[in-house]
Amino acid sequence: MKKNKVLIQDLITYGIVFLMWGLVLLMETTGSMTSLLRGLLVPLCIYAILAISLNLTVGILGELSLGHAGFMCVGAFSGAFFTRCMEGAIPGVGLRFFLALILGAVVAGIFGILIGIPVLRLKGDYLAIVTLAFGEIIKNLINVMYVGRDASGFHFSIKDTTSLGLDETGVVIIKGAQGITGTPRAATFTIGMVLLLITLFIVLNLMHSRTGRAIMAIRDNRIAAESIGIHITKYKLMAFSISAALAGVAGVVYAHSLSTLAATSNNFGYNKSIMILVFVVLGGLGNIRGSMIAAIVLTALPELLRGLNDYRMLIYAIVLIVMMLFNSSPKAIEMRGVLMEKFRHKKSAEKEAA
Amino acid sequence: MSFLSYLINGISLGSIYAIIALGYTMVYGIARMLNFAHGDIIMVGGFAIFTAVSTMGLSPLIGILVGVVVCTVLGVVIETVAYRPLRGASSLAVLITAIGVSYLLQNIALLVFGSNARQFTSVVNVPSLKLAGGQLSISGVTLVTIVTCIVIMLALTTFIKKTKIGQAMLAVSEDKGAATLMGINVNRTIAVTFAIGSALAAVAGALLCSTYPSLTPYTGSMPGIKAFVAAVFGGIGSIPGALIGGVILGVIENLSKAYISSQLSDAIVFAVLIVVLLVRPTGILGKKINEKV
Repeated sequence: MKKNKVLIQDLITYGIVFLMWGLVLLMETTGSMTSLLRGLLVPLCIYAILAISLNLTVGILGELSLGHAGFMCVGAFSGAFFTRCMEGAIPGVGLRFFLALILGAVVAGIFGILIGIPVLRLKGDYLAIVTLAFGEIIKNLINVMYVGRDASGFHFSIKDTTSLGLDETGVVIIKGAQGITGTPRAATFTIGMVLLLITLFIVLNLMHSRTGRAIMAIRDNRIAAESIGIHITKYKLMAFSISAALAGVAGVVYAHSLSTLAATSNNFGYNKSIMILVFVVLGGLGNIRGSMIAAIVLTALPELLRGLNDYRMLIYAIVLIVMMLFNSSPKAIEMRGVLMEKFRHKKSAEKEAA
Repeated sequence: MSFLSYLINGISLGSIYAIIALGYTMVYGIARMLNFAHGDIIMVGGFAIFTAVSTMGLSPLIGILVGVVVCTVLGVVIETVAYRPLRGASSLAVLITAIGVSYLLQNIALLVFGSNARQFTSVVNVPSLKLAGGQLSISGVTLVTIVTCIVIMLALTTFIKKTKIGQAMLAVSEDKGAATLMGINVNRTIAVTFAIGSALAAVAGALLCSTYPSLTPYTGSMPGIKAFVAAVFGGIGSIPGALIGGVILGVIENLSKAYISSQLSDAIVFAVLIVVLLVRPTGILGKKINEKV
């Protein structure tokens, strides 16, 4: 019985994705797709993946992370670096993109483990600020990194392109603050949708597995979980690194949807991490479907409000505050409870009358 | 000699961080919330002073006073409208609301003042000090900043130790329920904390914009984050901790800018924070929390 319920809930979540996919295809065939909306399709998938993966850390594991954009950044740069390097060796763009996705996920996952080992020892707000710090460090390091390649192999510098010492056949691949240019724009809506489905599959199955239950037990009561023999560090690291790896995948897609990839604070700064966190909190902690929908609505909202141009971010901010007040304030929750109660009374009274 | 001047500039920058960090640390200590909008209150203070001094032509001192009043009122209004209804809600909900307030302030400033940087005329008119036969020159702003920071620290410590409302703040930060039973008006105490924190933010805004005279709607966000780091560094909730954290942070930032790399200075600051938190998980002066089953 319980299992059936879970299955139905999951099927609804997958169903929503397929519904969206179908809707987009329908709009394409009927020709009602505007160029504004078409430009939004890949970012929608990216942010949905990011929100789902962050929900794994914040909602399922219960640790506040403000550095999710850092993992996205790692994935984006390792993926883009790979595609640029392998231009000669693997001519097919599709295959290169596929391998880049795997590489980005692995590298971001490794970073997740490396950062997770020290970070997950901390608690609460301290953990939050350290993840923010790691995110900023990653962004800053990439901004001063110069990598080039010539006949004798790779050259690395943290100063400028001339100090790389390349010979005449050399190509500079990562140009510090200017980032990586010339990545093929291989990311399409179909690929984004497939990746979104894979992400959903991984996270939902993880949640319903023994591992997922162990992770949620740690969230609910760490000491009780430890006392029944759950290996705290192992499960925390597992959740954190899976979340990082999925963010890395989103990063690779992001890198392949732009022709120039630079680690600016708009792209990968703490503001981006906070934006993803907003999706997760508004969608509901631990609610995978909710964070996906919140990511889609909140990414589309400012773009669709473009007609109001200067006021759109203002409206976004006000909507955010009002929604938080309405959703979380104890008084509003009480008020909603009272209203629901009245509604129910009315219904049962009507039933009795009839 | 150049090392000494970098050091003094670092202490000055650190003093600004310390003044901002005070706002973070007091609010955190009493309301257990990370007020992400604090950095933007600095920006509002900067614009208020800019409008008063450069547009309306008032004297700098009155300008600072205007800034302080505007920020104090703003702080109390934000607390009453956005944070008070969320008392008792999860800390994450309050955090997101604070982020919303931060976006709101930035976008209002963007609408009113535009995105172009404004040239802020320094509100500090103190001649620079020449030491060691003119080899070492300390600018007036630097001196005023350091002195202001020390004065604020002393005044605040006295205020909390000696006055009734200060004691009430301590009581609320320790145990809200018990404080209510003792007849303390918790809401008013928290509002006063926000008022003080925001007034300090205005002062910090004046000093920050006098040192780095370019004012945009995003001026406050990076110093805000750095000050937050400083507060955590020194042990969040602790007032001397904010001073120590702020000054150490400012010195590290300035020295690494001078000797290592100006692009990497932020990364170095954050790396030091991580190392400190790994050794002392609640900051330098933070209280150790014992966990009970």
